Amino acid sequence: MTEQRFRLPPRTTQALVQILLYLACGVAIFILAFVIIFILKNGLPVVTWRFLTGPVVDMGKAGGIFPSIVGTVFITGLALCIATPLGVGSAIYLTEYTRPTRITRFIRFGVECLAGVPSIIFGLFGFVFFVVTLRLGWSILSGGLSLAAMLLPTIIRTSEEAIKAVPVSYREVSYCLGTTRWQTVVHSVLPSALPGILTGIILSIGRSVGETAVLIFTAGSAIQTPTSLMQSARTMSVHFYLLAREGISMQMAYGTAAILVISILIINIISYGLMHRFISRRTR
Amino acid sequence: MNDDTIFVINNLRVWYGAVEAVRNISCGIRRHEILGIIGPANSGKTSFLRTLNRLNDLVPSCRTEGEVLLNGVDIYSDDMPVPELRKRVGMVFALPVPLPMSIMDNITYGPRMQGIRSRSTLSEITEKCLRAASLWDEVKDRLHVSAFRLSGGQQQRLCIARTLALQPDVILFDEPCSGLDPISTAKVEATMVELKQRHTIVLVTNNTKQASRVSDRVAFFLQGELVEIGATDRIFTAPRDRRTEDYIAGRFG
Repeated sequence: MTEQRFRLPPRTTQALVQILLYLACGVAIFILAFVIIFILKNGLPVVTWRFLTGPVVDMGKAGGIFPSIVGTVFITGLALCIATPLGVGSAIYLTEYTRPTRITRFIRFGVECLAGVPSIIFGLFGFVFFVVTLRLGWSILSGGLSLAAMLLPTIIRTSEEAIKAVPVSYREVSYCLGTTRWQTVVHSVLPSALPGILTGIILSIGRSVGETAVLIFTAGSAIQTPTSLMQSARTMSVHFYLLAREGISMQMAYGTAAILVISILIINIISYGLMHRFISRRTR
Repeated sequence: MNDDTIFVINNLRVWYGAVEAVRNISCGIRRHEILGIIGPANSGKTSFLRTLNRLNDLVPSCRTEGEVLLNGVDIYSDDMPVPELRKRVGMVFALPVPLPMSIMDNITYGPRMQGIRSRSTLSEITEKCLRAASLWDEVKDRLHVSAFRLSGGQQQRLCIARTLALQPDVILFDEPCSGLDPISTAKVEATMVELKQRHTIVLVTNNTKQASRVSDRVAFFLQGELVEIGATDRIFTAPRDRRTEDYIAGRFG
């Protein structure tokens, strides 16, 4: 007689697994919801029109967060304006313009490693290189450049994956219609890869809006509303960090956090909405 | 070389890495004929076809040797503009590949890339090509819907129409009916016969019956070699090589 191992009947296993998966998902959602509700509940009471549009008063104990909203928009915008063309361009080059060789594999590996480097390292790099060596000082420019360096690997990787996922047959068809490589990239490959590329960029927006480590070292923490790229500015995250870390005002910190969460939510909703419209227009 | 030969292929060899897919093939392709290429899987039919418009250039491991003359010009010479070549030698694939855009945009893709912008010209091209591919009546009211909405057979005729939009001299068909039902197949075959008035057609097919129905001449490929080439009637009634006879009779392959 062979040894009889104890086995649950398949129906029981099925039911058990279902319960476990349900629980896992439930716990995950609960944690997320709890965090968001906690922040909104503590933060929303201080959010008023004046809070959104007023200057920082008394180091942040009173007044609003308008300067940090402006700072966030400028620094994130600048970082994306630099990182997107560079990142997507590199991805196009790596996928469409080179044959897979040892060098491209090495580059790819390097990019992957860079994507895993903690952001504070990029902060240190930005401080040493942009702030000190290039004498850009604590400024929106230094912050934007350092942030761009941090985002670059992610944008390259996600764009590359998106471009590689475009069926080879689209390229073949396009080439067979007498197009050059660039025409094929622009008119056949990129439109199909765009949703994936945009996903990477949207994630990058989220990351840069939430980034503090890089910016404390490079953009400084001025509380005035910035008017030029060479001025220091603090982003909402940095503002939040300083308010909480220095014990200036927990309530104002929560208010800033609430605005952060809400703005990331709005950015995601809008960008995914646009993306969805683009996709459905092409496949209708 | 006489004037009614459009393609002359001399000692063509194609390798994918270490695998030799086409072994020393020499033959000619005549103007306004349908040349059917038959042979079992892995006999180098498709590899041969893809050298005629240099589509193999896209395969990193591929190496080509020998001479392919289009109207007397070696298409593998360094100063051959490849996009120009592919405009003159169009291709239709085994599975229909509509690009993710509207029917009209699919047809006008090639012309638009050549810089044609005029809407009326593009509309004219669309109608002309769809008529030539006998698809016009089925889609004329919905030119702006996605090409994905069409059935498989319609999509394949769309791909033919799209190729026609560049007015190529030669059209390469790579098993164009392998994914189609018999009725769609009949339509595509009828279209091909129609097209040979203006174009030269090279048809790779796994279906010997199809080759016998539509082609003027037939070439039989086996393991990368050209076993026999000749008039369709002759190949099917009196093949000179034993292997051709066995393949046509269905004894292998």
